[in-house]
Amino acid sequence: MIFQKYAAAKYFYPLAGKCLPWFTWLCVLTLAAGLYLGLFVAPPDYQQGETVRIMFIHVPAAWMSMFIYASMAGAAAIGLVWKIKLTDTFISSAAPIGASFTLLALVTGSLWGKPMWGTWWVWDARLTSELILLFLYLGFMSLQSAIDDPRRAARAGAILVLVGVINLPVIHYSVEWWNTLHQPASVARIDGPRIHSSILIPLLVMMAAFKLFFVSVVLLRMRSEILENEAGSHWLKEQGV
Amino acid sequence: MKPRHKKISFIALAVIGLSLVTLLILNAFKDNIVYFHSPTDIKAGKAPVNQTFRLGGMVKDGSVKHNKEGLKVTFIVTDTIKDIEVNYEGILPDLFREGQGVVTQGKLNPAGIFMADQVLAKHDENYMPPEAKAAMDAAKTLKNP
Repeated sequence: MIFQKYAAAKYFYPLAGKCLPWFTWLCVLTLAAGLYLGLFVAPPDYQQGETVRIMFIHVPAAWMSMFIYASMAGAAAIGLVWKIKLTDTFISSAAPIGASFTLLALVTGSLWGKPMWGTWWVWDARLTSELILLFLYLGFMSLQSAIDDPRRAARAGAILVLVGVINLPVIHYSVEWWNTLHQPASVARIDGPRIHSSILIPLLVMMAAFKLFFVSVVLLRMRSEILENEAGSHWLKEQGV
Repeated sequence: MKPRHKKISFIALAVIGLSLVTLLILNAFKDNIVYFHSPTDIKAGKAPVNQTFRLGGMVKDGSVKHNKEGLKVTFIVTDTIKDIEVNYEGILPDLFREGQGVVTQGKLNPAGIFMADQVLAKHDENYMPPEAKAAMDAAKTLKNP
């Protein structure tokens, strides 16, 4: 298989280096387009007025917080079964990015909540489960740094990530299972989005930009982690690093 | 079974087991996770008595009455089946309006009036520009004049 080859740091490192500028430039372009559409082109909402623009950061950030965790869990399962080193590199590189997006979603949500709901924070099921997600990321990161042996740290971290994956459906369905102050899903629903296209399109562009941002930063972080782990190895010398 | 298959099934079983445990725990705490009670719940006696809790629903059209002096306000919260009258003194959030969702925190007095000490507006999942809303309302009045 052709993909198997790239699970080795020796082949992944140059490949990631080749892809990185593409993702970075695509990210810059979509982010600029998304911010312009969201801040200048999109109309104010009929109820919320201009405050609706916080959503263009808040919603993609919240989606990313779950998407990154899901990708880490997938990598953890693969890593535990097939013992691939690269998945450990991916998980530890992705965790701080996921934690940042979670924090961003919580902070922007809070800034929106004060004028709209009348409060910065409530302990409803959606907000609480998203806060638990932040603690899962932070817990993973502290567990990694608490264990000295890198192989044991990776194994313990992968198990923690897999245990925490149960929180993802709880976050997603919290607004349907329980009465919450947080509104139900507007985009990911069976009967189609409940957002007018003039607001939905900037939102989807911002989501693409955040995804590209994640790919760019995770590749960058993985490359530097590989450099750290493989310092002094033959193949790095061959590549002139 | 190959060791790898053993591992896959172990991980799958562990995740399924943990999901079941979570499901049972969440089910046991069902009533505590609910952020607010509806007027129907309260009339059916499901809300805690002599204790602070939250009441959620829609502000009934035409029910908001502001007191001329001070910040006192009364309104009716409805879930279209049952109504509950709410008394509140304080500043209302931006999104508070008739026909919109609201979550209030307080106690039920013996007369069955909800004495609120906090009022939060609840937003729904619909987002649209003012023109789209106006067009929708116009279409609605055309349909049922």
